[in-house]
Amino acid sequence: MLPDILKEMTVPAALELWDAEALTGGSCDFGETLLWVRRERIVDVCRLLKEKFQFVRLSGLTCIDRHPAEPRFEVLYLLHSIERNERLKLKVALDGAQPEVDSVTAVWKGANWYEREAFDLFGVRFVGHPDLKRLMLPADWEGHPLRKDFPVHGHKYSYRND
Amino acid sequence: MSETEAKATFAASEPAQDEKLPGGRRRMVLNMGPQHPSTHGVLRIMLELDGEIITRAEPDIGFLHTGIEKQAETLNWQQVVTLTDRMDYLSTQANNLAYVLSVEKLLGIEVPPKAQWLRVMLTELSRINSHSVWLGTHAMDLGAMTVYFYCFREREDILRICEMFSGQRMMTSYFRIGGVALEPPRGWERTVREFLQGLPAKIDEYENLLNSNPIFLQRTKGVGHLSLERLLDLGVTGPMIRAAGLKWDIRKSEPYSSYDKFDFDIPVYSESDVFARFRVRLEEMRQSARIAEQALDGMPEGAWKADAPQVVLPDREKMKTQMEALIYHFKIVSEGFRVPAGEAYVPVESPRGEIGFYVVSDGTSKPYRVFTRTPSFGNLQCLPALFDGKLIADNIAALGSMDFVLGDIDR
Repeated sequence: MLPDILKEMTVPAALELWDAEALTGGSCDFGETLLWVRRERIVDVCRLLKEKFQFVRLSGLTCIDRHPAEPRFEVLYLLHSIERNERLKLKVALDGAQPEVDSVTAVWKGANWYEREAFDLFGVRFVGHPDLKRLMLPADWEGHPLRKDFPVHGHKYSYRND
Repeated sequence: MSETEAKATFAASEPAQDEKLPGGRRRMVLNMGPQHPSTHGVLRIMLELDGEIITRAEPDIGFLHTGIEKQAETLNWQQVVTLTDRMDYLSTQANNLAYVLSVEKLLGIEVPPKAQWLRVMLTELSRINSHSVWLGTHAMDLGAMTVYFYCFREREDILRICEMFSGQRMMTSYFRIGGVALEPPRGWERTVREFLQGLPAKIDEYENLLNSNPIFLQRTKGVGHLSLERLLDLGVTGPMIRAAGLKWDIRKSEPYSSYDKFDFDIPVYSESDVFARFRVRLEEMRQSARIAEQALDGMPEGAWKADAPQVVLPDREKMKTQMEALIYHFKIVSEGFRVPAGEAYVPVESPRGEIGFYVVSDGTSKPYRVFTRTPSFGNLQCLPALFDGKLIADNIAALGSMDFVLGDIDR
């Protein structure tokens, strides 16, 4: 169900031909290609992109919290192919109650810290990650600060007079 | 946190305790940092040693985590520029540039040529600044003291130029969404030209100091080798990739801010060791001086901020004579400007590699989410691979050759 503009592009068209079920949508704003991937298929899609389309780099991985909307979390993958000189964004939607997605560390080793960071700051679990623990914050920290329902001044302190 | 809790936390992040090996030897666990002169910041590395050989290295980061991405959600679009300065404090202009380019992409603003040329010139000067700090400290780690003083002499000149333009030496925040903050100061051309004319001879001087230094050569040649495939897989960018033989520079492959109008070379070496990284960065300083000189010679005339009254602050004169300008000024200062809903990412080649800000707008005057893809964070991930099975004395050279800034990693 890709929009027409993406059907003319090599990579999205090839992906749809490979398995139309793996993609749930896409867009191309400001010349940046974005594909929505079904949660269960993200590792397969990433592996295919790396092996067949030279996306050897995972430039970044992060999360966006759409609280209170559902599905609440969007996990964002920034892919880059030096050979094709092309960038591609992938997104996976996760529900707020149990945000879980398969880890892509088996595809790119560099995903390791990015997934740990997203786990630390958003509480998204990456299944199959070799060492999923907090990266930035102390191990006994409560909560996930980049979630929209986490107050900016921290949850332990109050600036009210009570 | 109580004392017992603190102890429990510390124990949880400890690696395995010292372990007895056959033949009366034992595997030792050693903490390098968080306070260690060669980590250039607050980085803790847990080393597992078998004699002098490192069998496992695990970096522990987050000591400088200040929640910049969270703070960015509470400030308006323009104010976030000041936060980007404080991440990678050695190349503030590259950070500013990456952020303003992403927001300008969402706004659809075309920046006038003079602002683009000024941005290119200052970004290249900051690259020279950053590389000279790297060179000085790296050489000092390896025992060459003189280079440090020479490099900081040049850095001082660049900081003086920064102060001239923005009033600030380090945290310049000179680039604004839609252009630059202030009109260039009187006499800036002469100061910049004098600096650039003297620079090539000084870079030759550094090269002579180190290229013929047998201690430096022995400690860098063939040390810290990693193959290009592994570097790319681990998310490394910038000079380390170019020292491994790949000619990839975002200024050439995805030109931004009119970099395609400038003539420069990308230095590439294939050895992928500490010495190759040293040569790449040294050559990059020469190329940066070349770009800055071209920007200086070809500086276009005209406006230095975009014609976008809803985003860019109006001139003082206009505010005194035109009602609309006064209204816009009030709106921008009190509320900030609104950015249309959308998401954008513009990668920029910082002195350390790819930096980019993934900005998400929901149509209000504050960012919904700012993800900072910083080069140091990606580069530091190769540390365990770089250290594995190497001598403990070599890791100081390898660590220095990565050229990271802890503020850039922890954010």
